[in-house]
Amino acid sequence: MAIALLLAILLVILACVYLFIAHPVWFPAGVSAHAAGVDHQFAVAFWLLGALFVAGHIALGISLMRARRRGKVTYTQGDWRLEALWTVLIAVLFFGFNVAGVRLWSQMKFQQPESDAVQVEVTGTQFEWYFRYAGADGKLGDTDAQRFAHPEEGNPLGIDPDDPAGKDDMVSTSLVLPVGRDVDLTLRSNDVIHSLFIPAMRFKQDAVPGMSIHAHFRPMQTGEYEISCAELCGTGHYRMRASVKVVSEAEFKQWVKSKELPSTAK
Amino acid sequence: MEERSTSSTAVSTPGFLRRCVFSTDHKVVGLQYFFLSFAAVLIGTVLSLLMRIHLVWPTVSLPFFGTIKPENYLAFLTMHGTLMVFFVLSTVPQSGFGNYFLPLQLGVSEMAFPKLNAAGFWTTLLSFLILIAAFFVPGGASGAGWTQYPPLSAIANSGPGQALGTDLWLVSMGLFCVASVMGAINFITTTLKMRTPGMDLMRMPLTCWTWFVTAILSLLAFSVLLAAVILLLLDRNAGTAFFVPAGLIVSGKAVAQTGGSPLLWQHLFWFFGHPEVYIAILPGMGVTSHVLSVFSRKPVFGYRAMVWAIVAIGFLGFLVWGHHMFVSGMNPYAAFAFSALTTAIAVPSAIKTFNWIGTIWDGRIRFTTPLLFSVGFVSLFITGGLTGPLLAQPALDIYLHDTYFVVAHFHLIMAMAGLFAIFAATHFWFPKMFGRMMNERLGALHFWITFLGSYAIFMPMHLLGTAGHPRRYSELTGVQYVAAMAPLQKFVTVAAIITMSGQIIFLVNFFWSMFKGPTAPANPWECTTLEWTLPSPTPAGGFGEHVPMVNRGAYEYSAPGAETDYLMQDAPGS
Ligand code: HEM
Ligand SMILES: [Cu+2]
Ligand SMILES: [Cu+2]
Repeated sequence: MAIALLLAILLVILACVYLFIAHPVWFPAGVSAHAAGVDHQFAVAFWLLGALFVAGHIALGISLMRARRRGKVTYTQGDWRLEALWTVLIAVLFFGFNVAGVRLWSQMKFQQPESDAVQVEVTGTQFEWYFRYAGADGKLGDTDAQRFAHPEEGNPLGIDPDDPAGKDDMVSTSLVLPVGRDVDLTLRSNDVIHSLFIPAMRFKQDAVPGMSIHAHFRPMQTGEYEISCAELCGTGHYRMRASVKVVSEAEFKQWVKSKELPSTAK
Repeated sequence: MEERSTSSTAVSTPGFLRRCVFSTDHKVVGLQYFFLSFAAVLIGTVLSLLMRIHLVWPTVSLPFFGTIKPENYLAFLTMHGTLMVFFVLSTVPQSGFGNYFLPLQLGVSEMAFPKLNAAGFWTTLLSFLILIAAFFVPGGASGAGWTQYPPLSAIANSGPGQALGTDLWLVSMGLFCVASVMGAINFITTTLKMRTPGMDLMRMPLTCWTWFVTAILSLLAFSVLLAAVILLLLDRNAGTAFFVPAGLIVSGKAVAQTGGSPLLWQHLFWFFGHPEVYIAILPGMGVTSHVLSVFSRKPVFGYRAMVWAIVAIGFLGFLVWGHHMFVSGMNPYAAFAFSALTTAIAVPSAIKTFNWIGTIWDGRIRFTTPLLFSVGFVSLFITGGLTGPLLAQPALDIYLHDTYFVVAHFHLIMAMAGLFAIFAATHFWFPKMFGRMMNERLGALHFWITFLGSYAIFMPMHLLGTAGHPRRYSELTGVQYVAAMAPLQKFVTVAAIITMSGQIIFLVNFFWSMFKGPTAPANPWECTTLEWTLPSPTPAGGFGEHVPMVNRGAYEYSAPGAETDYLMQDAPGS
């Protein structure tokens, strides 16, 4: 039985290591400014934790291998010195790893977006994402979903028709961004909690009703990337998708212009 | 004293109802909890099987039911999580085995408050029935997940299961909280006040330590959930607005409430919810320590360190709830504190792992089924535990939060490790509970399938998470990059079907052994603790008039100079 258990543990080690090395599915390529830092920290995590996983199982295996069939068992109640050594070792490893990640979080959360950042308001609804840009006046119009929201009449967010600032607001169902410029998102919701998840940008932020939450990142490569919803929001949660289109500065200006035509603005 | 005399008359006039149903005997109550969980785990497992099948073969039509719609999937998901967390993992290890064996291991024949204890069981049963009833009401059971985040859970027209189904969920959980608090008061008082002479705290088996600390956690955590559940019920039915902010419009209807905060629920829920995961796993840690020592024929390595680790985990468990909220919109400065505290809790957990390996190191190991499952527990605990420090880093958790990576993490460390401890404990104490032995061959076979199966199911889920697969998706087709992961999802489903079929071996072994297994001697495993001084099965009166005198700690195996390789706690000498 000892042998069988040893083999099983060996099998588990090998299969898990193989799985992570072969990784049939894995992170999409990171395309935001902070992605490289995040991916580096992930790599550190996988090596550190992977090594501890293998070491822990080898230790477990060895302890089973030493199972004595007969002969005297060394009677011991423990060993304070070993215990302290292990505690210090593991605390240093874990806290070292933790502190290494602190800077990353500070960069993501406490560095303000550049002053030329694109401002986009993101609203999650059951089960659609809306992205609102301020238009030429640079101001978003007031909204009141309870009074004005009419998805079927082209005003899903309930922009106040009497607010002049709202006249040139543009509402899009995909997030269009210029490459290399910060984007400052303001996340909102008028029904339940949703979560804007853009794997390629290493970005996720809940959109909570009653709150306007700011979050920012900088896309570094043109292309189209998928957005999903990561917070259970009801029966359509699984299909609450959208996309980010990252385009050149010129194309972005072009797109803004085309959107600003009075017919599409509202 | 009053309580004492009533229960001894119950013993002397043994009508079936008094003896086996409306009994205040802690052993009967323990078994009642045990069999209630048995029902819950069967339902919970079938639900997870249906979810797994639906994910990869969405067109399969079930007999009497038809195809599974998104709202059905979400209802199964919510009920699976709720049944498994509350009625299995918070019930069997603590209320089941704890009720049966805490008094016996402490050398007494009764709990401090037998009637309160029995009331706790009946309240739990009522809670269970109300939960299950939700399947049969219009709209079906709640689909907001076991975490029930408002406003989804606060507004009746936010989805099909969000009407009566969610009210029933909330009432059921409220009752469960009340029952848990009753049980907790009883456990704490019993441990502090009733121990037999000589049973100092530092001589208690580690199982008793974990039951004791878990009871303290239950008392504090379930009181908070009770409050939160009542507030949410008021929001739903009395027009209050604790969790509902102004200006909502749900399914085309304006919501009248103003001024509430959805994040308040998350704080309350996780202030309960994180200690809850320790409520689920601490007794399992106790069983593992106990079983490894017994079958390695060695004392627990570092008993005192183990006790302190249990206490430290219990304490720190109340300070880490924010790690569930890194992307919630909580103040990002708070993340530093929660991240560091969560990392801190990994340290006592690592101490425990070290000591488990130290316990079996150079032991004379007896490879019984309980030992196999306990070794399996250690393996799963290592694997599931190591992803904890990763998720504790907010910058990394941003990506992995609410993906399958988290599903893998908590199933390994809580669900599977917890189940392994339950299997170990069932095989270990079966002789004492039913007077017969379980079959070792079937036990081992069941272990192999479940051990390898758990890894086959949950390891690949880490990869789904790294590829950004969100959890709680009822179908894979809604998002393109998720659809691309169908092959790996199929592998997981096949592994789950095989592993679940393997559980039939356990069912057969359990019920066959109950009636046909070889009769058990008083102390088949040659253990030192007091429950094994009684005949098997435990007589109705427990120790009766006898008051055991404890002379030593709980893990005197292979002590130098002793005649046998185990010294009973109450054997004479010092
Ligand atoms: C027998 C093997 C099991 C399988 C195959 C399984 C499978 C699943 C699946 C498919 C989900 C849904 C994932 C999603 O869509 O996000 C889930 C969720 C969950 N499971 Fe299990 N499960 C098993 C055992 C357990 C056990 C023993 C527990 C005990 C704690 C448990 C606790 C949970 C919880 C808490 C959730 C989350 C529910 C929610 O999101 O509200 N599972 N499980
Ligand atoms: Cu969603
Ligand atoms: Cu937690």
